Amino acid sequence: MEPIISIRNLSKTYASGLCALGNINLDIHQGEIFALLGPNGAGKTTLISIICGLVNSDAGTIRVDGHDVHADYRKVRSLIGLVPQELATATFESVWSTMNFSRGLFGKAPSPAYIEKVLRDLSLWDRRDSRIIALSGGMKRRVLIAKALVHEPQILFLDEPTAGVDVEQRRDMWEMVKKLRSEGVTIILTTHYIEEAEEMADRIAVINDGEIRVVEEKSVLMNKLGKKQLTLTLQHPLTHIPSELGEYSLEILEDGNVLVYTFDTQKEHTGISELLRQLGKLGIDFKDLHSSQSSLEDIFVNLVRK
Amino acid sequence: MNFYAIRAIYVFEMSRTWRTLMESIASPILTTSLYFIVFGAAIGSRMGDIDGIAYAAFIIPGLLMLSLLGESISNASFGIYFPKFSGTIYEVLSAPVSPLEVVIGYVGAAASKSMIIGALILLTARLFVDYQIMHPAWMVSFLLLTTITFSLFGFIIGLWADDFQKLQIIPMMVITPLTFLGGAFYSINMLPDFWQKVTLFNPVVYLISGLRWSFYGVADVNVGFSLAMILVFMLLCLALVWWIFKTGYRLKT
Repeated sequence: MEPIISIRNLSKTYASGLCALGNINLDIHQGEIFALLGPNGAGKTTLISIICGLVNSDAGTIRVDGHDVHADYRKVRSLIGLVPQELATATFESVWSTMNFSRGLFGKAPSPAYIEKVLRDLSLWDRRDSRIIALSGGMKRRVLIAKALVHEPQILFLDEPTAGVDVEQRRDMWEMVKKLRSEGVTIILTTHYIEEAEEMADRIAVINDGEIRVVEEKSVLMNKLGKKQLTLTLQHPLTHIPSELGEYSLEILEDGNVLVYTFDTQKEHTGISELLRQLGKLGIDFKDLHSSQSSLEDIFVNLVRK
Repeated sequence: MNFYAIRAIYVFEMSRTWRTLMESIASPILTTSLYFIVFGAAIGSRMGDIDGIAYAAFIIPGLLMLSLLGESISNASFGIYFPKFSGTIYEVLSAPVSPLEVVIGYVGAAASKSMIIGALILLTARLFVDYQIMHPAWMVSFLLLTTITFSLFGFIIGLWADDFQKLQIIPMMVITPLTFLGGAFYSINMLPDFWQKVTLFNPVVYLISGLRWSFYGVADVNVGFSLAMILVFMLLCLALVWWIFKTGYRLKT
């Protein structure tokens, strides 16, 4: 199936000389939640700003649903809704009028019924006559989402959607995003919150210094790059790793009281049972053991450091 | 054409006018009324006729132009500058609208507001001064062309400005002096020869002269030339707006 967004050889250097993006190639599939994960200044916002028409690129092509973003800008932009990172709102307008403005701007006939639906879905209906300046930060964020959805887009860009949002509202937003995906909307979110990508995304691209380091299914990424560790708390401290255990990836921690075995989740045999038998033979007893897997955060940190 | 977008921008901008009625409409009318009282009723009664027209009536086209130029520029410049300042411009830039549609929406609203103010000023002037309009259709045409052209000019200022001071600097430092020195309160024929020639480099002379002709049938310069000057300035503004949108100057990084 043709990707809904196809980016080829995209690059962007700002007038200041900062290379924000370098030769980006990326495909995003219809109906998925795609997370662009990267530290501040990695190029996430530049990338989505170019797709949405806010920033000019230096080179490369972008096609959205088969349409070129420049040649067919009307078609492309009518498919896209954008929720910016900043709380940029018409502060003196009411929620209702700003929704009408957004719908009209995207070439849609007035539809009070649809606007009501969107406002109700985002728990803003009771505040429809309020001026935006009177709303809380969380509500303003929801107004931005409502504005992005009011022209019924097929693709929704969320640029750092939960920045400055409290835990409860963050959970609500995640639920809303999943609901939109179930309705067929493709969602691209940028975030530097690992847990956000881990919670929501189907696929993840890690971007740093304007380059995409990896693009993978979330589960594949975690399996491929994730390490699993077996941690043994010993009865008696070890001063060194016995030569008989040289074939295992072992590490002594906490003054010899903890032995950590790192193994590859991709391999068929983890080697755990053999290691435990060897430890028994060598008389190394342990009083506790547990295993753990690298979080997406660990994977991210490793990729960004490379 | 994305007519819904044009309508959305126009309605949004006009709603700002109704929301700030005192500042948007009442204030310029009050200011112009004070001019009528001071220069028309008070001082004007002691002044002689100019070109056979009572002084109080003579200054009406100039005062009208003074107000409309300032209003057209400030309305349009603020209309596009404020979304840039607040960040909401992202929505216009990411919407399926052409530059022409954006310009029609913003400039159309600014020009409409100026025309409303112009009509109210004329009605208010009637309270203080007796005047006639010899060519009403031409008067409306001149006012329309002027408000559209200077709204375009204001739109360019709003796109160019990157702080509030720059928004004010051209109307205050350029347009107001040019209007005062462009024959708003006198006929340029009253000036010495040298200054008459210098004054002809002031584009506002042609606007005021053309508008005064539509009122009283007298003009400092040929009315056809006045019309041509407005059209030339409008075309220059359109070309500049086209270039700004084409290059993304001060709009896109």
